[in-house]
Amino acid sequence: MATKLIAAPLPGIFYRRPAPDQPPFKNEGDSVTIGEPVGLIEVMKTFTQVLAEEAGKIARFLVENEAAVMAGEPLYELEV
Amino acid sequence: MRKLFIANRGEIAVRIIRAARELGIATVQAVSAADREMLAAQLADEVVEVGPAHASKSYLDQAALLRAALASRADAVHPGYGFLAENACFAAAVESADLVFVGPRPDTIRQFGNKARARELAAAAGVPTVPGTSGQGLGTSELLAQAEEIGFPVMVKAAAGGGGRGIRVAASLNALKRLLGEARAEAKAAFGDDAVYLERFLPRARHVEVQVLGDGERVIHLFERECSLQRRRQKIWEEAPALCLTDRQRTALCASAVQLAASVGYRGAGTLEYLFDEETGEFFFIEMNTRIQVEHPLTEMVTGRDLVRDMLDIAAGIPVPLTQDAIVLRGHAIECRINAEDPARGFLPAPGRVSELSVPGGPGVRFDSLLYPGYTVPPFYDSLLGKLIVWDETRAKALARLRRALGELRVGGIATTIPAHRMLVDHPEIAGHAVHTGWLEAWLAEDPFGTKAEAARA
Repeated sequence: MATKLIAAPLPGIFYRRPAPDQPPFKNEGDSVTIGEPVGLIEVMKTFTQVLAEEAGKIARFLVENEAAVMAGEPLYELEV
Repeated sequence: MRKLFIANRGEIAVRIIRAARELGIATVQAVSAADREMLAAQLADEVVEVGPAHASKSYLDQAALLRAALASRADAVHPGYGFLAENACFAAAVESADLVFVGPRPDTIRQFGNKARARELAAAAGVPTVPGTSGQGLGTSELLAQAEEIGFPVMVKAAAGGGGRGIRVAASLNALKRLLGEARAEAKAAFGDDAVYLERFLPRARHVEVQVLGDGERVIHLFERECSLQRRRQKIWEEAPALCLTDRQRTALCASAVQLAASVGYRGAGTLEYLFDEETGEFFFIEMNTRIQVEHPLTEMVTGRDLVRDMLDIAAGIPVPLTQDAIVLRGHAIECRINAEDPARGFLPAPGRVSELSVPGGPGVRFDSLLYPGYTVPPFYDSLLGKLIVWDETRAKALARLRRALGELRVGGIATTIPAHRMLVDHPEIAGHAVHTGWLEAWLAEDPFGTKAEAARA
């Protein structure tokens, strides 16, 4: 099984939950299919969903919830 | 006041530093980890990092800000706009720490922060409000019953809200029934309070607002501004004075603002927002912002006052000459908000590195901004980069001056709203001043940038 680093598509603040009182989009160990949301990135008060562009299993997140992320920075590890 | 702590960022922090420096007050600039390179940090006498990039852990972290202010031995705190500027708890905490809060008393902030309470204060002061619900914390059945009397369409607004967030328009009783639950959930999530109230929706009104200044005893007005050009309830282009008003209407409007602000013994700079119905000549109070506003330079251009200096003087207890006769309205001013947003891509946020900057000059031109060549605009905060403000003797001359200044302004490396302003300044309905709060979105729906046409071809 190969592991890939998936990069953040946008710079901003990364959120793992759709809202503070809701469960995370994905936990480590969950599988994702193409087009599924894995998080949100807030750019200048605008929220954009981060969608999986490849199917697999999320091994781990490399950016903490509510932490800053730069475009191109590794966001999560995907096992394919 | 010897040393001022600035609990904000961006262009307003720069503006505050400039005013403080002219008064001989030292400045301490709060910064997040992402803001060490910002212009205000370069201009301030001292810089203190208060937390990480996320605003909730830096510019919204009351304890961290207060600790930093005390450690820097500042004796006053300026909250700017946004962030904690209208947070009564923060203002109270600042005062409890024996620091001066540059703004109104915490109690005033609290009262006007509850928009339903603000409507009650206005009514008590004899100031007309938009027909809407009376009372606070109404239940669903009371809201529905009162909605019938108000008349549809109605707007659902969060009592603890502001800044245009979370507003919904219901065209019928059934739509209102459906929207109330959503509106309450969102208000709870955004403001920690699910109380909502209703106001009649006035689709073709103009947004006018009165600038006031008080010292806790006396209140004067500095005339009004018009901010009808809005996208998603965010102001894009503002003017002063509001030429839609007759002299008689202007006098009545400004007098009502003074009456309301005086009824609470207002201290500092504040703005009372109204909707103006041009057809009937009626104006209705909507809310009061208990802080300095983004568009304050317009008022400075047409009155010659320095509002931020006045705020600092009032906070320091230095007598500010608050005589109404001394405030004279002269000429016309227009402000364009320059945002890091791409108008050709649906105003998509566009942070990034500013490769080039060319700022217009000449008579009657002012550019308040956070920009310098080589600065990287971080993606974490508001998209406002700066404000281009022009003044001239008449509105027609001010438009010509604005067209000239927009032609000179160049921000390279990132997308900005400058192209949108260049189109607006040449629009016949802008020249004719035939606008209302729904005008800009209707214009954008016509696809002025050819974005949708292009997407359809692709």
